[in-house]
Amino acid sequence: MAKKKLKQHVINRNWCKGCGICVSVCPKKVLELDELDKALAARPEACITCKLCEKICPDLAIIVETEEVDEEAKPHE
Amino acid sequence: MSVHDFIRERFFPHMWCAGCGHGTILNGLIRAVDELGIRKRNLVMVTGIGCSARISGYVDFHSLHTIHGRALAFATGVKLSRPELHVIVPMGDGDGLSIGGNHFIHAARRNINLTALIMNNRTYGMTGGQFSPLSGLGIKASTAPYDNIDNSFDVVELAKAAGATFVARTTTFHVNQLSDLIKAAIQHKGFSVVEIFTQCPTYFGRKNKLGDAPQMLQTFKERTVPVGSPKKQEDPSLIERGIFVNIERPEYCDEYQKLLERTQEA
Ligand code: SF4
Ligand code: SF4
Ligand code: SF4
Repeated sequence: MAKKKLKQHVINRNWCKGCGICVSVCPKKVLELDELDKALAARPEACITCKLCEKICPDLAIIVETEEVDEEAKPHE
Repeated sequence: MSVHDFIRERFFPHMWCAGCGHGTILNGLIRAVDELGIRKRNLVMVTGIGCSARISGYVDFHSLHTIHGRALAFATGVKLSRPELHVIVPMGDGDGLSIGGNHFIHAARRNINLTALIMNNRTYGMTGGQFSPLSGLGIKASTAPYDNIDNSFDVVELAKAAGATFVARTTTFHVNQLSDLIKAAIQHKGFSVVEIFTQCPTYFGRKNKLGDAPQMLQTFKERTVPVGSPKKQEDPSLIERGIFVNIERPEYCDEYQKLLERTQEA
């Protein structure tokens, strides 16, 4: 069965206003604000691609891009 | 399609303050219409005046940015003349329930097939944080520096009593429910109302010492429960989220069409 895996977080730094909402709702503490108060995916490896950050961002500044992975190719999952 | 296909990117970043919940409602609304697969040219958005009303400038649908409180009156005209279009009417709490209170109850009474979204941040943000008919007792506002002594409406009860045939409530914290309810409201045939609690950190939050946007969202999470939750019995001050009314009744444009056919035959 195909499963979704994180490709990358696309963060639009021109639109992000640094409200910190995405940082606060992420269940896996993936996101942080950088020194310019822009969202940053600091720990992408922990992302479970729930897309909460993308759906709640008031500035439409995050897109969580995913790709399909074949489960059979990864016997430990 | 992606979110960006539904917005007018040239107007971004938008004018709402950092952390304003109105952007999250825009986000949920776009996901809803995308998932429903409605073509942009079949969507009309009508708004009145206020921070909330600016939403019609950001969507790449047919859009009308009209006058304070009268969005539903304009929307009624659009829907009656072009009933095949989906007409979505986002309103602020002041715009929709104070200035536009009369239009609200009468659109509900007629059961005209419109989707009304009440973006309830309990204040007039654009003009500096005055109290609205949804602020509630004990709230501080620029026009109530000591305490607000006005009772508030309960949007759900008001919409029910006025005759709306789909009535629901959610918050900007509950983003999956937000897009699901907007989807259900658009699909419902009749007057549908979705009240959405949304944060205005700049005025309502600051004047009432509710913290920043993430803290205000945390409060939405803690102070609301799904409809029918036993927690509400234990603590009646909790506010319910979900669908309260979902019934069928004759729809206004349909009845108008039938009347036309009947009189033309005669
Ligand atoms: S929620 Fe959006 S605007 Fe707010 S900090 Fe995160 S990316 Fe930036
Ligand atoms: S998709 Fe979910 S887990 Fe991944 S960064 Fe966003 S909120 Fe966190
Ligand atoms: S004043 Fe309040 S409602 Fe208006 S944009 Fe700012 S946060 Fe949003």
